Amino acid sequence: MYFIEKKVRLPAMKKILISLCFLVLTVSSSAWALNVALVLDKGGKDDKSFNSAAFAGVEKAKKELGITYKYVETMDDTAVEATMRSFAAKKYDLIIGVGFSMAEAVKKVSKQYPNISFALVDAEVDHPNVRSLLFEEHQGSYLVGAVAAMKSKTGKIGFLGGMDVPLIRRFAMGFEAGVKKINPKAEILENYIGVTGEAWNNPAKAKELSLAMFSKNVDVIFAAAGASNYGLFDAAEEKRKYAIGVDSNQNWIKPGTILTSMLKRVDVAVFDAAKDLKEGKFKGGTVRFGLANQGIDYAMDEHNKSLITKEIKTKVEQLKKDILSGKIVVPDYYKRNE
Amino acid sequence: MKDALLKTLAGLIFGFLGAALISWIVGESPLFVMKVMFESAFGSVYNFGLSLFYATPLIFTGLSVAIAFHAGLFNIGAEGQLALGALAATCFALWFPSLSPWLGIPLALLFGAIIGGFWGWIAGWLKEKRGSHEVITTIMLNFIAAAIVSWLVTKVYQSPIVQSPETAEISEHYFIQERDPLYQIFDGAPISIALLFAIGLAIGVWVLLFKTKLGFEIRALGKSESTAEVSGISSSKVRQIAMFLAGACASFVSFAEIIGSAGKYRLGFSPEYGFMGIAVALLARNNPIGILFSAFLFGALHKGAADLDIETEFVTRDLSLVIQSLILIAVAIAIEWKKGRRA
Repeated sequence: MYFIEKKVRLPAMKKILISLCFLVLTVSSSAWALNVALVLDKGGKDDKSFNSAAFAGVEKAKKELGITYKYVETMDDTAVEATMRSFAAKKYDLIIGVGFSMAEAVKKVSKQYPNISFALVDAEVDHPNVRSLLFEEHQGSYLVGAVAAMKSKTGKIGFLGGMDVPLIRRFAMGFEAGVKKINPKAEILENYIGVTGEAWNNPAKAKELSLAMFSKNVDVIFAAAGASNYGLFDAAEEKRKYAIGVDSNQNWIKPGTILTSMLKRVDVAVFDAAKDLKEGKFKGGTVRFGLANQGIDYAMDEHNKSLITKEIKTKVEQLKKDILSGKIVVPDYYKRNE
Repeated sequence: MKDALLKTLAGLIFGFLGAALISWIVGESPLFVMKVMFESAFGSVYNFGLSLFYATPLIFTGLSVAIAFHAGLFNIGAEGQLALGALAATCFALWFPSLSPWLGIPLALLFGAIIGGFWGWIAGWLKEKRGSHEVITTIMLNFIAAAIVSWLVTKVYQSPIVQSPETAEISEHYFIQERDPLYQIFDGAPISIALLFAIGLAIGVWVLLFKTKLGFEIRALGKSESTAEVSGISSSKVRQIAMFLAGACASFVSFAEIIGSAGKYRLGFSPEYGFMGIAVALLARNNPIGILFSAFLFGALHKGAADLDIETEFVTRDLSLVIQSLILIAVAIAIEWKKGRRA
C-alpha cells in the first residue's frame, strides 16, 4: 500500500510543481513582453504611406511599451490565413491585419483562436476578440480637396486612386466635394491604377496616369495609392505641378511639390490597440477615427509651410470646424444609397 | 530511368546546399533555416495539409505544360487558361446554384475545361493557320485572359458585400468543404478531394500519353513533325488537340481553389501557378507520374518557406524561390551533362 501511495503522490507533487513553474512563467512573460504580429498588404512595409504608418505604430509600441513584434508582407490570399494561423499557434498576443483584404483571414482565424486578440484596419469583423479600426477618409479628403482647389490656377484637378474599390471611391467623393466647395466650376479627372492588390505597388503606371492628367492641364493631383504614390510625386516634380500625399505625412518626400498629405493615423490606431492590450483594456468592437479625434487630418510641417498661405490655412481650419459642428456634411461613398 | 532519378536527386541536394550556403552567408544558421522550413511544411497535420493544398494546382498546371511539351509545344499560357477556366467553372456554379453536387460539380468542371481548353486551342490553331510561335501567343493570351477575367469579376460578377475584387459565393451544392473527407482530416487546411482528382488525372494523362493511339501521335509529333506526317499523322489536328487538352488540365485548378477551398473566384488568387507549372513539369521530365512528386516538392517548398518570415531575422520566404531555381539549374545542367560530353 505504502509503495502505491508513494507512486501516486510523487507525480502529483511533480505536476503541482510544474504547473506552479508554468504559472510563474506565463504571468511574468505577460507582464514584460507583448508579442505583436503585423500582417501588411501588398503595398509593403516601405510604401511610406498606409503600410508604413502601421509599421510606425508597432515601432513606437516597441520603444514606448517594450513590446516585441514580427511583420510579414502578403503574398497570396491563402498565405495570409496560413500566416495568421502560424502566428496564433506560436501564441502571439495581438495579430494585426493591415488592409481590407485581411478581413476574411481575420474572421476565420479569430474564431479558431478566441483567446488571442486581433486588430483589423479598414474592415469590420464582428467577433469579441477583434477590434476593427475604421477611418473617416472622406472628411480628410474634403479638406485636401479644398487646398487643391485654392492652389489650382487652371481649375482642373486630378484624383489618382490605387485599387478601384469602394474604400478609394470614398476618398474620391470626399475630395471632389472639397474641391467643389471652393470652386464649383472646377473640373475633376478621376483615374484608378488597377483592380487588384498590385495597384498599391505600381508607381510606373501611376506616373503614366499622372503625366496624362498633367498634359490635360491638370495642375494638382491627389493620390490615394499606397506605394504607387511615388509615381505621382515624380511626375509632379518633373512637370512642376502639385501633388497631395496620403495616409502618412508624405510632405518630406518632395518638398515644394507636395502641397500637403491627407493623414490617416493608422499608426495611432495600431499603437492604441497594443497599448490597451498591454494595460488590460483591450476590447473588441469597432473604433472609428475621424477629424474629431485626430485620426484623420491634413499635414502641416516645415516642408510645406511656404506652399500653404495663411489664407488657405484659415479657410481649411474653418471648414474643419464646420465639419465638426455638423454645419458641413461631407458626402460618404459608403452611404451613397441612403 | 535510374540515371534520371539520380540526376534529379543530385539537383535537389545542390539546391538545398546552395540555400544553406546563402543562409549562412547572410548570417542565419543553415540548420535552423532547414528546421523551420521542414516544420512549416510537415510539422503539423495542418501544415502538411497546406503543403498538399499548394501542390494540387501545381499538378494540374504541370500536366498542362507536360502534355503540350510532348507534342513539341511550349505552353507558357497555363496561367491564362486556368484563370479563364476557373472563372467559367465559378460562373457555371453561379448560374445553376441548385443542381445536386454529383451533377453540378462535374458539369462546372467540364464547362471550365471547355473554356480553358478553348483558350489553349487558340494558340494551337494560330500556329496552324498563321505559323505564330506558341510561346509568343500563349504569353499574349495570358494578358488577354487576365483583362477579360478582371473585367468580368469587377464589373459583372463583383460581390456587393466586400471590397476585394471577388465574385459572390457559390452555393453549398458546389462548395462542399464541410462534407469533404480530406478537409476533415487536415485540421482546417483548405485541402479538398481535388487532390485525389489531380492524382487520378495524372494517371489518366500517363495512360493517354503512353498507352493510347492519340498519345502515340502526340509524342510522335513532338519527336519529329516530318516523321509523324510521313506515318500518316495529321500534325495540324494533333497539335490543336494537344493544346486543347493542355488548357483543359490547367482549368481544373478551379477544383482545388474555388470548389475545394475559397468558394468564390478571387481576382489574383493564383500565385502564378501557371508559371510554376513549367518548373514542375521540367523537374519531372514531363512524366505525369513524376509531376505528382515534383508538384509535391514545390508545394512543400512554397509552404515551408512561409514561416521563414516569422522565425528568422535575415532570410524571407523568397528563399524558396532560390531553392527552386537552384534545383532547376542543377537538374538542367545534369540533363545536358552527358549530351554535352558526347558532342
